[in-house]
Amino acid sequence: MNILVILAVVVVMFGLRFLKPNALAWAAIWWIGVYLVFRYGVDPPMPTSILGMFMFIISLVLVAYVTAANDRIREVADTLIAFFVNPEYKVALGLTLVLLPLLVAFQVYSGMSGQPQAPLLARTIHPPPPGSISYQGKQIDLLTVHNPFRGLEQSDPTVFEAHVAGGRAVYYQNCVYCHGDNMEGDGFFAHGFNPIPANFQDPTTIAMLQESYLFWRIAKGAPGLPSESTPWLSAMPAWETFLSEEEIWEVILFIYDYTEQRPRVSEEVH
Amino acid sequence: MKDLRLIKDYRQKPLPALLPVAIAILVTAFIAALVALPAAAIPQDAVANPEYRAFPVIGSRVAIWVVAQLHLMFAAFVLAVPMFAVIIEIIGMVTKDKRYDALAHEFTKLLSVSFSLTATLGALMVVMLVVLYPGVTQYMVSIFSWSFFPYILLFFLEAVFLYSYYYGWGKFSPKVHLSLGIALNIVGTAIMFIANAWLTFMNTPNGISETGALLSMADAMNNFIWMPINIHRMIANVAFGGSIAAAYGAYKYLGAKTQEEKAHYDWMGYVGNFISISALLPLPFAGYWLGKEIYAYSQSLGITLMGGTFSWLFIIQAVLIGNLFLAANYYLWVSMERIEGAERFRKFIKYLLASIAITYLVWATPHSLVATVEEARKMGGAHHPMLGVLGVMSAKNTAVNILILTTYISFLLYRRGNKEPTVSWVKAGNFAQLAIFIGAVAIVIFLGIFGYFVEAKVRIALSVPQVAVVLFTMISVTIIDIYLYRGARSRGKIKWGEMPARAQYVLFFIAVTFAWTMGLMGYVRAGMRQHWHVFGVMADTSPDAFTPTLGFASNVISVTVLIFFSFIAVVFWLTGLAGKKDWEPKEGALIPDGEHADEEVVR
Repeated sequence: MNILVILAVVVVMFGLRFLKPNALAWAAIWWIGVYLVFRYGVDPPMPTSILGMFMFIISLVLVAYVTAANDRIREVADTLIAFFVNPEYKVALGLTLVLLPLLVAFQVYSGMSGQPQAPLLARTIHPPPPGSISYQGKQIDLLTVHNPFRGLEQSDPTVFEAHVAGGRAVYYQNCVYCHGDNMEGDGFFAHGFNPIPANFQDPTTIAMLQESYLFWRIAKGAPGLPSESTPWLSAMPAWETFLSEEEIWEVILFIYDYTEQRPRVSEEVH
Repeated sequence: MKDLRLIKDYRQKPLPALLPVAIAILVTAFIAALVALPAAAIPQDAVANPEYRAFPVIGSRVAIWVVAQLHLMFAAFVLAVPMFAVIIEIIGMVTKDKRYDALAHEFTKLLSVSFSLTATLGALMVVMLVVLYPGVTQYMVSIFSWSFFPYILLFFLEAVFLYSYYYGWGKFSPKVHLSLGIALNIVGTAIMFIANAWLTFMNTPNGISETGALLSMADAMNNFIWMPINIHRMIANVAFGGSIAAAYGAYKYLGAKTQEEKAHYDWMGYVGNFISISALLPLPFAGYWLGKEIYAYSQSLGITLMGGTFSWLFIIQAVLIGNLFLAANYYLWVSMERIEGAERFRKFIKYLLASIAITYLVWATPHSLVATVEEARKMGGAHHPMLGVLGVMSAKNTAVNILILTTYISFLLYRRGNKEPTVSWVKAGNFAQLAIFIGAVAIVIFLGIFGYFVEAKVRIALSVPQVAVVLFTMISVTIIDIYLYRGARSRGKIKWGEMPARAQYVLFFIAVTFAWTMGLMGYVRAGMRQHWHVFGVMADTSPDAFTPTLGFASNVISVTVLIFFSFIAVVFWLTGLAGKKDWEPKEGALIPDGEHADEEVVR
């Protein structure tokens, strides 16, 4: 968050209460103020696709406000009519008629003369898993498979801890280089990747998923991703060639244990 | 509004609607019987390699997609209108206010032509299924063979009850007429439940063996998402039907010549919109239940729906629903302009708008963002560290609950518009209402934030207390309000018929947005099976066995909505004909036997 930008906008908006501009100016100032907050007040900046959608919503809301009352519509219409027909606004009108097309022309020019950009990326972070996968020749049904060690958490905590420790070893031998010490996706190699590796501490990642999903992702890695998830942009290896089935389940236990998150459990269908 | 001449003047001219209905029923029954014949011994190969035929130019999938969606939209309307027509009729009986009876009658006028179109489109869909997808149809018939007969019988009963309810208006005793309406609703709901069993089976099959052979038709019908879809569709139908009826009111209002007509259709538009928005409020909760059951059935289906490619369609849906809420509130605020005394509430509109804007922004924020490479690099991936948090269920649930409460406040202000409470406990009553609102918002926000710190199972379960708090708030505040404003002093009149035209266009906007949302979500529900006809059982091996791009799907849905409203325009026009005067030859014009028309009139 860029507090200075936000504070400046808040001060101006507060000042509007005393200036009492007409409805059209009020709506325009609010639109600009919100735009400045979204564009410069958020850090890292939000993508232009989201900025566009947000400003579309804000525009709708402001139009709704201005047109919800008959007298406000009249005020806006009177202002616009006065601007176009009143001689005292002749210079301002002339400037508007010249500057507006120039602004559009500038927008077109800057769009055409900038550096070529890669197309927008709509990458699906959590693609749907297949119904089943083949793991070293063995068919695993992802709809029904469960972590074989999860039940030990209640029935035999000591053995469970041993499996978590096994997962810890697997993690620090294989995963830490990309996913990092603290599992925030900031390992040694992370900065060489785009996009960066998954951040397991983020409550909106592994906490949303079942363990079978993680098993699929670890076992099949980037090559197993569907095209909507751009497998060519991920460096995740297919760990099925390096790790045993048991090791994958153990490292899953460790990831959840370390981040203090719980996997999504299979729900009862009614 | 006291003048009922308008309604009484309408002559009941039976439109030639029974004929296409009868034809449609016969065709459907005939084809169903034809298809059912070989179903007893469906070869196993037919499940693995179903047969297909290609539809010219647009392909079989798009053809069946458009027709099915059109059939569904008309069916939704035809099922919904009797629901609220009966309720309005009951209100009229209880209050002994003839206006309600007249309004219910006016709503049912839309049914006659719509029912014919529903039946015709349904028959067309069956024909297309048999011709284009014979293998799939044969398999579905092998599973649901015996359910087609009660379906046809109920359809026939629906026609009988619908036409006797419509044409019998004022011809039977009120109780008999009301019974016809209730029977119509029961039969209509049963039809929908049967059809829902077929389509939900394709998503979450049940009652079959591993090879797809039928084990139990009852289990196949009562599959995992059958009841969630039944409930979701029933509520959505009322929301959609109410919006179409409101659009009809707006259409008639804009063409009204007299003040009485304007007053009547202004009221009709208001009631239609009230019904629509009342049904919209609980709809997200029914949707969550459906989504939860889909996820519970299959993680793969659940993630396809909410996390994979289809999640982008949910973002479009969020924008459409945000627009619906905004438009519904806007209509109420503009309506308050015609209520004397309501201007004292105008100062609250900006705060309500601020609440709508914030919740709408949260509601529409995706979890993974569309970004350029440079933007993604700055964010460190497709997740924005701040916005990504708003893209998950905890934030969405919180936003939609507050959005619903905001809409409810707008309605409360509208309701109070021209009333001045006279009871001695005004301050205490207002304070209690305010305390309930503040408490509810605090609880909803707290549970929303709490959801980030608990496991998924608990987080999903938190939506229940959130919904419960919102429902409790709406019910308790309404009860307090009823007593608070009992015997209230009037501050002025509601000037029915003095609505600006823009409010009527908002009603059109709401109807179109509902239709668009239905088309979008209908595609999502069917499309999430991806390359399966019956998920996990019968693979789609046709040339269309791929998921179309989001842009293509959106275009097909938009064209379907356009076709639907072209049909609806015809429905409105035909319905309006019933109220027109009889044709008479122009004065001085020649009539066929060579005599002048005016002479004919004299004679």
